[in-house]
Amino acid sequence: MKIVFWGTRGSLPTPLNAKAVQRKVVNALVKGAGKNLDTEEKALAFCDRELSFAESRTYGGNSACVQVDTGGSDYLLCDLGSGAREFSLSALAKHGPANPQTYHVLISHVHWDHIMGFPFFVPAFIPGNRIRIYSCHPKVEQAIRGQNHQPCFPVEFEALAAAIEFVPLEPDKSYEIAGSVVTGTKQLHGNDSYGYRIEKDDRSFVYTTDSEHKPEDSAEMERAAAFFRNADLVVFDAMYSLADSISVKEDWGHSSNVIGVELCQMAGVRQLCLFHHEPVYNDEKIDSILAETIRFEEITRSGQPLRIWTAYDGLVIEL
Amino acid sequence: MNYDERLLDGSALVAVAGRIDLSNADAFKDALSATLAKVRTALILDLAGVEYISSAGLRSLMIVFRASKAEGKAFGIAALQPLLLEIFTISRFNLVFPLFETVGQAIEKLAPDAINSLPVS
Repeated sequence: MKIVFWGTRGSLPTPLNAKAVQRKVVNALVKGAGKNLDTEEKALAFCDRELSFAESRTYGGNSACVQVDTGGSDYLLCDLGSGAREFSLSALAKHGPANPQTYHVLISHVHWDHIMGFPFFVPAFIPGNRIRIYSCHPKVEQAIRGQNHQPCFPVEFEALAAAIEFVPLEPDKSYEIAGSVVTGTKQLHGNDSYGYRIEKDDRSFVYTTDSEHKPEDSAEMERAAAFFRNADLVVFDAMYSLADSISVKEDWGHSSNVIGVELCQMAGVRQLCLFHHEPVYNDEKIDSILAETIRFEEITRSGQPLRIWTAYDGLVIEL
Repeated sequence: MNYDERLLDGSALVAVAGRIDLSNADAFKDALSATLAKVRTALILDLAGVEYISSAGLRSLMIVFRASKAEGKAFGIAALQPLLLEIFTISRFNLVFPLFETVGQAIEKLAPDAINSLPVS
């Protein structure tokens, strides 16, 4: 199983502006001054070896879209945020428009950042493609049809040429989708959201975003840990700091890196990926949160080590 | 978890030791709330003996801190071990709670009337 991140930002797309790009270039030039960087290979090695992630790259600005590659011919996606456009262009470049594909999509909920990529999901415009949109959330069909409707978008849903089906799921029930076993669970979020556990062969992946966890609610913490149990990877909503999530941003529907580590430790999870980054965070801030989360896992570890990642557009994690 | 409360001149110094986690966070919150009810001026926590605090424990502190503010009483946390200070920093509670390096500094700032009465190491 391979997890490919096409959109990782929370709430709304957050592109780098010209000044931020210039700052990275200037910093890299200053740090590389006097070094022999006269080939692309040498420059790339310098970037990898001597610059931090935030100095040489960016965590990306697209909103939620994560591909689960289970090795089959059908595609499986979690959410259709703005990253879905990048994904669809990549799939189209690989197969060409003349080779129809089947796309299975699990939708966590219908807040805009999780569906806004669908109007730009190129396979939807091409006859022969099949798009099956699954969710435990009851408003998905209404929201996606409503998005492709004037005056919000010029192409009506009915004009899309692909065969598009909406498939309701029930939480806590397992389904076979794209050759995997998929189970949904209800999460605490405004207007509800749903997390999904995806299992194939001996690998398990949990996609849980836009989900608030109340640390004092031991029953809910245990329920979440049971859903994560022994997963190879949990992609987790770590939008806020713990202090914010249980004070000024309590009941805003998001969680923190600290709760992510605690739940994954309770559940015996192998890898945790911080996801749904706060839009006000720049690359340096996300770098520092990753370092702090790695340290937090070290100082609170009581069982097996938990590997910590932070998501960026383009990250690939092999399970 | 050990909870040792000392009351004097309208303030309280509570020395806590051990681990504060999901298993005892509610009891910790209840004990702190009971102590706060006895206080007129300040509630000061000596956490030198605390080796670990989970999110549930931090939330208990948050609730009592909020209550103390609502009641116009001072609240302070003192003498965090380095690892505990890291947890407060990573969770950003270092930006929420008034933190003091020593119990003496906390008393001097929050409960100066009690400075000659409370046992300070």
